[in-house]
Amino acid sequence: MRTIDFETIASAVASACIEANLHLPPDVLAALQEALEQETAPTARSILADLLENARLTPETGLPLCQDTGLVTVFADVGQEVHLVGGTLGEAVNEGVRRGYAEGLLRKSILAKPLDRASNTGDNTPAVLHVRLVEGDRLRLTVAPKGGGSENASAVWLLTPAQGRQGVIDAVVGRIREVGGRPCPPLILGVGLGGSFEEAAIQAKRAVVLRPLRQPNPDTDLAALEADLLEAANATGIGPMGLGGRTTALGVHVESYPCHIASLPLALSVQCHSARHKTVEL
Amino acid sequence: MSEAIRLSTPLTAEAATSLQAGDAVLISGHLYTARDAAHKRLRDLLDAGEPLPFDPEGALIYYCGPTPAPPGRPIGSAGPTTSSRMDGYAPLLHAYGVRATLGKGPRSAAVRAALQEHSAVYLVAVGGVGALLAERIVAAELVAFEDLGTEAIRRLTVEDFPAIVTYDSHGGSAFAGDD
Repeated sequence: MRTIDFETIASAVASACIEANLHLPPDVLAALQEALEQETAPTARSILADLLENARLTPETGLPLCQDTGLVTVFADVGQEVHLVGGTLGEAVNEGVRRGYAEGLLRKSILAKPLDRASNTGDNTPAVLHVRLVEGDRLRLTVAPKGGGSENASAVWLLTPAQGRQGVIDAVVGRIREVGGRPCPPLILGVGLGGSFEEAAIQAKRAVVLRPLRQPNPDTDLAALEADLLEAANATGIGPMGLGGRTTALGVHVESYPCHIASLPLALSVQCHSARHKTVEL
Repeated sequence: MSEAIRLSTPLTAEAATSLQAGDAVLISGHLYTARDAAHKRLRDLLDAGEPLPFDPEGALIYYCGPTPAPPGRPIGSAGPTTSSRMDGYAPLLHAYGVRATLGKGPRSAAVRAALQEHSAVYLVAVGGVGALLAERIVAAELVAFEDLGTEAIRRLTVEDFPAIVTYDSHGGSAFAGDD
């Protein structure tokens, strides 16, 4: 058994909230740079250059990348030999969010009651926490602040098995066309295939947040589906901010899970270009 | 992109109607921030026959809820939010003289019709570059609804704030796939 205390977790989450909101990950920066080199449309090029310039400015100014510093989603892989002391994992994560959003001057965007606009919690808690028990004695936390604009473009479908692979492509590309410039393209698309209604959604979000950008699925069939979805998304011509161009999506990641013979659950997690996340291992 | 057109506020009908979808603009003057909650209150004021907390004639409304201002800066990160959530309010505000709204993403047919009817335009600012856009904001002062926090109405003084004319007052659109 290895002991990890409340304070260690809270402090790590606080730092990760600030870090994630101020620094775009290197894989996202590299993909934006490559997109800029491939775009020919002047408006698209200008927007992509602004995204890179913004990321260059944030460490210098101390301002977050985006004013929507998001709802904090935390993926926690908890080793079965870890003993947490001083409070629950959920309490420690929320204390970290509370401190990080205060110290980092990040926006507090969370309503305690979804239908009561006056119920802002004032500290951006609570986070949404997804916990997995894994082997070992480490605690791995990935902190991912997610803006409302792109989260609102995400979707879940319960397709019929007969709709198959083409049905998946049609649903995803149809949704991308429908939302257009709303979720701040260029996008990163996470697709969760199979499982159940809720498992598909979690797989989709894990696909976006936890996999390095453009790393293909090791399953060759799923990697081919990722390539086809990326090509179809970019063939829409929606482009950066919906104003036209070749770059509608920077990458597509598909994760799958076994499913019932009667079902074909499908989820799409739409991530804006400001794909913010920070992983820490304790 | 061709050279940007400089605009100053209050924006006249003549200036607004001279713009074409796809034009790049640089705005100097004042922007009024307002999001969902502030728009609901503005509509409630108009419904009650009360005056608005700012002069709507020629005004430019910016759909923005900034992060808190660090010491020594007028404002925090301050990019656009999704405009379509305010579609239900925009035609009313254009009828009272608001000449432009600034946000991101597509809008309803009713909003596009209101732009033509009231000689107004819809501008898009690049989403997710709140730190970059904050560099063009030189002052921010509270105008109304302080209790709404980030959703309060603020008057931003801007210099060369960049945007793209996305729906013009003649029915034109810069969005990919629009006619």
